[in-house]
Amino acid sequence: MTAVAEHPPAERVDADPALRVEGLTVDIRTITGTVRAVDQVTFAAHRGETLALLGESGCGKSMTATAVVGLLEPVAEVTSGSARLADVDLLAVDRKKRRQMAGTELAIVFQDALTALNPLYTVGTQLAEPFRIHQGMKAKEAKRKAVELMARVGIPQPEERMNSYPHQFSGGMRQRLLIAMAVALNPRVLIADEPTTALDVTVQAQIMALLKSLRSEYDMAVVLITHDLALVAEEADRVAVMYAGSIVETGSVAEVFADPRHPYTKGLLNSVPVNAERGAHLKSIGGAPPDLHSIPKGCVYQARCPLASDVCRSTRPTLQPTGAKRKSACHFPEEVTNV
Amino acid sequence: MSDQERADAHTTTDEPLLSVRDLSKSFRVPGGKGKLSALDGIDLDLARGQTLGLVGESGCGKSTLARTLMMLERPEAGTVRFDGIDPFALRGKDLLKFRRRVQMVFQDPYASLNSRMTAGDIIAEPWRTHKGLYKSKADRDMRVRGLLDLVGLGAKAVDKYPQEFSGGQRQRIGIARALALDPDVIICDEPVSALDLSVQAQVLNLLNELQKELKISYVFISHDLSVVRHVADRVAVMYLGRIVENGPTEAVFDTPQHPYTAALVSAAPKLEAAQRGERILLKGEVPSPLNPPSGCRFRTRCWKATDVCAQERPPVALDLKVVGHSAECHHPLTEDQPALSRTA
Repeated sequence: MTAVAEHPPAERVDADPALRVEGLTVDIRTITGTVRAVDQVTFAAHRGETLALLGESGCGKSMTATAVVGLLEPVAEVTSGSARLADVDLLAVDRKKRRQMAGTELAIVFQDALTALNPLYTVGTQLAEPFRIHQGMKAKEAKRKAVELMARVGIPQPEERMNSYPHQFSGGMRQRLLIAMAVALNPRVLIADEPTTALDVTVQAQIMALLKSLRSEYDMAVVLITHDLALVAEEADRVAVMYAGSIVETGSVAEVFADPRHPYTKGLLNSVPVNAERGAHLKSIGGAPPDLHSIPKGCVYQARCPLASDVCRSTRPTLQPTGAKRKSACHFPEEVTNV
Repeated sequence: MSDQERADAHTTTDEPLLSVRDLSKSFRVPGGKGKLSALDGIDLDLARGQTLGLVGESGCGKSTLARTLMMLERPEAGTVRFDGIDPFALRGKDLLKFRRRVQMVFQDPYASLNSRMTAGDIIAEPWRTHKGLYKSKADRDMRVRGLLDLVGLGAKAVDKYPQEFSGGQRQRIGIARALALDPDVIICDEPVSALDLSVQAQVLNLLNELQKELKISYVFISHDLSVVRHVADRVAVMYLGRIVENGPTEAVFDTPQHPYTAALVSAAPKLEAAQRGERILLKGEVPSPLNPPSGCRFRTRCWKATDVCAQERPPVALDLKVVGHSAECHHPLTEDQPALSRTA
């Protein structure tokens, strides 16, 4: 049985965020020209809360995360924007400073734990690494810390298991190891990029419960990157919905899911086979997301939007308030209810 | 008996189209001693025109079961009856004729289509083996175009290559290929799990429409319980090579009898707060099928387990309120069902 989600008190959300990303834009050079994978993305994550970046494949959610942690492939480039964490702009600092902050201020958990762990070293060695490098601990002491950490994330018999190699662990246990490494140095911000997508649901439930308890224990801001609406509904406090490189709607999960103000959010919610009668027709979104090579002028969603009109084809809508703490990038937010 | 007569005969009886009894399959592990028990005493029925959902976590035997139904694996024990016929006893022409009747749609629409063949060639390829169908080129061309229309791609897609299509469109080609042999059963192995949500809904809609129109039966394998709930008439829940619970979809999901089903249902994230019950977090992970637990295979993770669970295989517990709903458990979650002994 898990603890009930503790939502952060409202006033905390107004305080200084742990991570503030502003106007982040990422371009990718391809053989057929430069494409904009992330376009003017702005969001903030606060300590003690989970912010979900929600979207379908290719919407730029993972690219946003990799840009923030500084792990973009050489073909991709941040062309503008900032990511402020502890008064430092992560996108402007030099490599040395970034390495100092990696793990102590900001950490990331990837989807594929097997490729994220080094197959040639025992997990004990890998888990001890942050303590040795950042805190200058001796090997023995660092290993003791590693064992503690393994116990904390629920790995049975940590003393014996620390001498095993990553391939000797199951998928769920590997994900626990990655999470352990990420929280080792008590970072302010933890980015979790599809952390449970490769896992079975009962294991997913274990991992999400672990993340939630670590979040309160370390008072971290968690940025959860996912395509799973139900996971967002259960695990996140706020959500930013991404489409074709842009955030199209943002606000508290409860408000956005109950009463979406962007037709894409509404379309996604309609596509979930949940309340529909068995075999009933699902209201899918027609068509497919635009090719990043030919993002249309005007609204990114116009080609699939039932509300699209002339203004949508000529003018790109920006995120505008649609409530006290929510925004939508739609010219007709009031009409979304009728979609 | 012609196809039509056979179909008529079956509309008047309740006999299932596909019936599996006590099916077992294990694999020799390279280098190691002992055997990996992938399927252990599976019982299963599939009615004509209906969808059977198969749920369970990785390694539970879903895909081995699908492969056995496709006759890609030979069972070690147990019987399979398809329309009264034992497919594993067939040889030669009869076997080929039979294979036509069970087709498959695969999970990965990128890996399951040959990128050097056009959509039309991919769909027509099964006829190179099953030469009796659509003998003339004109017939074949017409049928390919008809199938492309049927799956919503339109006849002009015929000369395009897979890489010119999106994931959802590719899956439609895969479905058209499965339909090319006019099968009675399509085994859908995670057919939408590689697709984005909005596209997933389109493909689920297509599968539903095709079933209504063509009266096909589906065996629908998925780890996504909300998808299974949407498509399946009946659900079988698998754990470590056994079907632990089986029944009408609503009954299995709403009033699960087996603790594992309850845990699985509670662990799946739900969009609506009203649908969330208390989450049951299972201890540990699925044991190795090389050395499954004695007695009940779920007992090592079960919060209701007692000594008897380690000693004896669980009996079949019937749900008295819902016909055809049963679970294999010593301690089923609702109290008022009689336990049948295994030999009954």
